[in-house]
Parts: sequence; C-alpha cells; structure tokens
Amino acid sequence: MRVYEEKRSLLVRIEGLPIIGVYCLLILVFIFTSPRVFTGYRIYMSFLQTVPPQLVIALGLTLVITAGEIDLSFPAVVAFSGFLFSYVYRTFGTPWFALAAALAGGALIGYANGILIARLGVPSIMATLAAQFFWNGLTTLLSQGLSWNIVTIRGQLIHSLFVGRIGGVVPAQAVWTLGIAVLVWFILNRHQFGESIMFIGDNVQVAQVVGINVVKTKISLFTFHGVLSALGGVLLTLEMANFWSTQGSGFLLPVMAAVFIGGTSIAGGYGTIVGTFFGMYIIGSLEAGVVASGIGGYWVRLVSGLVMAFSIILNISFKNKSIGEKWNKMLRSQAEKKRNKA
Amino acid sequence: MGESNTVREKYVYSVRMVNVDKYFGNVQALSKVNFEVRNNEIVGLIGDNGAGKSTLIKTITGVFPPTSGELYIRDEQITLSHYSVKQAHNWKIETVYQDKSLADKQDLWRNFFVGRQITGPLGFIKVKEEKRIANDVLLNMIGFRGAGISVDSKVAVLSGGERQGVCIGRAMHFDADLIILDEPTVALSLKEVRKVLNFVHKIKDSGRSCIYISHNMADVHEIADRFVVLDRGTIVGNIKKDDISLKDLSTFLLDYAHGLKETKNS
Repeated sequence: MRVYEEKRSLLVRIEGLPIIGVYCLLILVFIFTSPRVFTGYRIYMSFLQTVPPQLVIALGLTLVITAGEIDLSFPAVVAFSGFLFSYVYRTFGTPWFALAAALAGGALIGYANGILIARLGVPSIMATLAAQFFWNGLTTLLSQGLSWNIVTIRGQLIHSLFVGRIGGVVPAQAVWTLGIAVLVWFILNRHQFGESIMFIGDNVQVAQVVGINVVKTKISLFTFHGVLSALGGVLLTLEMANFWSTQGSGFLLPVMAAVFIGGTSIAGGYGTIVGTFFGMYIIGSLEAGVVASGIGGYWVRLVSGLVMAFSIILNISFKNKSIGEKWNKMLRSQAEKKRNKA
Repeated sequence: MGESNTVREKYVYSVRMVNVDKYFGNVQALSKVNFEVRNNEIVGLIGDNGAGKSTLIKTITGVFPPTSGELYIRDEQITLSHYSVKQAHNWKIETVYQDKSLADKQDLWRNFFVGRQITGPLGFIKVKEEKRIANDVLLNMIGFRGAGISVDSKVAVLSGGERQGVCIGRAMHFDADLIILDEPTVALSLKEVRKVLNFVHKIKDSGRSCIYISHNMADVHEIADRFVVLDRGTIVGNIKKDDISLKDLSTFLLDYAHGLKETKNS
C-alpha cells in the first residue's frame, strides 16, 4: 500500500489545478489583447476591491453545495445585513455594534433556513428561494426601498480595517477574504465539521450509520453560510459607504457560477475552496477584461459563457477520467499480474 | 468503556436471547427465539428471505426492542426499554452493512475514522495520525493486500471484497467484541468472496465473535463454528460445525425448503 502512495500523479494532488490554469490563461489573453491595462497594477487592485464581497459568500456556498444542498437566499442576506449595519450605525453611531447586528442578522436567516431544511425536511432549493423573497421583501419594507448614505463611516477604524488600502494600494478586504478562504479550507478539509459535510453530501445514509448528526450539521452549515453572506454584505456596504435596498441582487448567478466552475461537485460530496477562490476571480475579471480588450461591452456575457463552459469541461475531464485514476488502475493491474505469476 | 482483551475472556456469551417474541402489529416476526453467540464464536445465521434474520439482528443492535423476552449481552441482562443503537455501540457491537458503511467519494482514511476522528484542539483532525493508523490496521491487522490502493484512495476504486475488509478492519480497530456481517458476499465474485472469508478468519483469530448472515452454504460452512437456521420467525436448526458436513447441511436446508413448499402447496 505504501509503495504506491508516492507514485500517485502529482497533477491530481494539487487542488483546483485546472481552474488555476484557466485563470492564468485568461490573464495572459488579456495581457495580449490589452497590454496597457493588464500590465499595470491598477486593474488588479480594482479586482481585489470588487471581488471580495462575492468571494466570501462563494466560500460558504461551496460548503453548502458540498453537503448536497443549495442556498439561493444569500442575495437577500447581503441586502438585509447591509440594512442592519447602516441602520444601527446611523441610529447609534457605533460601527462595531452595527457589524455584530449585521452578522447576527445573517446568522438568523441561515439558522431559519437550516431549521426549514434539516428539521422540517423542506428541499433546500424551495426553502431558500422562499427565504430570498421574504428577507428581501422585509428589507425593502423596513428601508422603504430607499438607499442610505453612511459616508461618515469612512473616517472610522472599521472602515480602514476592513476596506482600507494597505500601503495606500492593496485593498484590505482582499487580505481578509484570503484569510477567510484559508480558514474555510481548513474547516472543510481538516475539521470534523467539514468531514461531516462531505459525508452528508456523499451519502446521507452512510453519514447516519457512522454517527454523524445530520440535522445539527446542516443547521450549523446554513447558519455559517448566513454569517459569511452577511460579512459579504458588510464589506460591500463599507466599500460603497452606502446601503441600497437592492444590493446583492446581482450576486446570485456569478457566485453560483464561481463555485461550479471551480470544480465543486453539484451532486455533493466534494468541494474545492481553491477552485472557488480562482473561479470567483475569473468571473470578477471577465467583464473588465473583455471591455478593456476593446471588443465591446456586448461581448461580455458571451465570453463569460464560453469561459465557464471551458472551465467546467476541463474540470470534468480532469476528475472523472483523471490522469491519477488511470495511473492508479494501471499500477493495480500490473501488480496483480505480478502476484498471479508469483 | 475502556475494556480491552482481558475483559473479552471473562464472559461466556457475547449475546444471548431468551424466549424473544417480536410483533409488528399483528404480524409475528420472531417467535420464542432462543439464540446465543458464545465468546469468540462465529455463528452462521441462515434463512430464506423473510425468515426474520434482519429482525433478529436489529433486536440485538438496538434498532427496535423485542415485544417480550430477555436479552443478555456479555452475560448481563439488558433493560429492554432503555436499549438503543447507541447502547449497542457502547457494548461494542458493530454491524457491517453491504452498501451503507462507506462513502464512495471520500478517501479511505476518512471512511476509516469518520464519526470517531482523532482530533487536536478545536476539533481539527490529525490527518497524519489517522492515515498512519488506518494503514497499519489494514496491512497488519487484517492483511489487506489490495495492490495500488493506499489510504489516500477513494473508496469508489475498491472492490466489493476490499470494502468489506475496510469495514471489518474498522470494527476491529475500534475494539468491537461482536461484529455482525449482513450478507457480506452478495454480488461478489469468487475471488472477492475468498478475501472476505479471510477477513472473517481474522475476526476469529483476534478473539472476537461474529454473526455471519448468508445464503451461501459453502461460505458459512467454512467459517462458522455453528449454524443457526431461521424460518418464519422460529429457529428450526442449531447445528455445530463438527456434527455436520457441508453436504449434509445443504441437504438439510434443501429438505427444509422442499418440505415447506409441500406444506404450502397442500
């Protein structure tokens, strides 16, 4: 057994390799098509500013999808948590309390989702769709559909801490989200909670037989995703110094696309944080890149679709008939032959 | 419970059922069943579909309580109303199901420890230690020789027999006293059946007990110390291996099946 461990193809052991390849390729193409924009650092700094709110959400969604579930309610969480944040901040003037309120709001929505799905057995696609309408509606109702300016937040510590510019250049939110990505990677791949998520997504009967508390794990999972989505909402609100009642409504498809092109299995049981990380940056870079290439804004969606399809095909060909498994099978049959001869 | 091998030798019966009845509504699934597994004994449980094999097993593993009768585990009487799956686990009774015991897309080492992980502070898994132990158990404890398989392999690449091996190894590592194998060789090739039987021998060698449920007389005859034949909820045969040859056992069962057919038809 030991002998073959080392021989396993290095290629499949690097998590998210295909998607990293796509990302590099994409940047190379952009450098070629619009060298002026893509050889400077500014465009990258702008990605690091715009992608993080969506990225935080995508990281949580990766866990949800790994568990074989789905969450469509995160756009509402972005709006609701942004509302709570700016409401508390405008009313009491305490940004940290506002942050706590926003995260608690996200946790509440996630917890409610979890109860519906895990305890009452409502399919997650329906439960979270209903939640999306409900919490979005509530936000519109409470904010009267208005947008609120919280520009005074720019002078506060919380602003420079979360969305300031490190050394006047690098957006702080990019560093925060990188840290969160590392943390979520460890949770998924090295923590009991993550292992439970993978087993539930893989085969819920097995999960029960081996003693995983499926209900509790699912509720925690949706709550966790609620908190991460709320953090995304806060980052967005802070960066803009503004809350508007439809904020986050455009997040649904890009965030889901990022998780899937990253290589996380739609069937559950397998999820890749590295894939989601690069997938989100690919989605976030496409629009700017295509426009800067000078072929015109009308091309953006078409090119996005092509890139997504390409990434997914690449992922599937890597995973299903992966070089590693072929290699493995070959080794097995050879060893078996040798043994039969002996 | 921290008992180890020393306790294993103290008791006479791993499990003993006395006059157990089980009704589901008006349907009687078990009728006055007296069944026991001695310490370090392999019992082959044989019976047709619907004979009550799985009902019998599920009363032992705490899935549901018997309607009446007594249950002893390691010579201690069990309070039936308090008996549960969890308690059965605490008594170190493990069941290996054919398709419900391992998750396909997960690494072998994860399947080995899931639910009972070795964790450091904050619940993070000690991956290296888990891999080392899983590797050690599979290689040395049950003599796993699957070429090209490592603890990093996905379960999906394992053959049916190897899967049983992993499950049995897991049960042994977690110090199960009584391992119940539910039709472990159904849908396996002859070569794979051979592997499974070798794993069962390891159960015996390590001083544990086993209930082996099967349709296949040849398998059961090779590994079991005693055969218990169940038919429509009652035990109709309880034969020591030394008292019967494979041929006689098969004839006994066939006669029984034919006998039943005749009574049914008449």
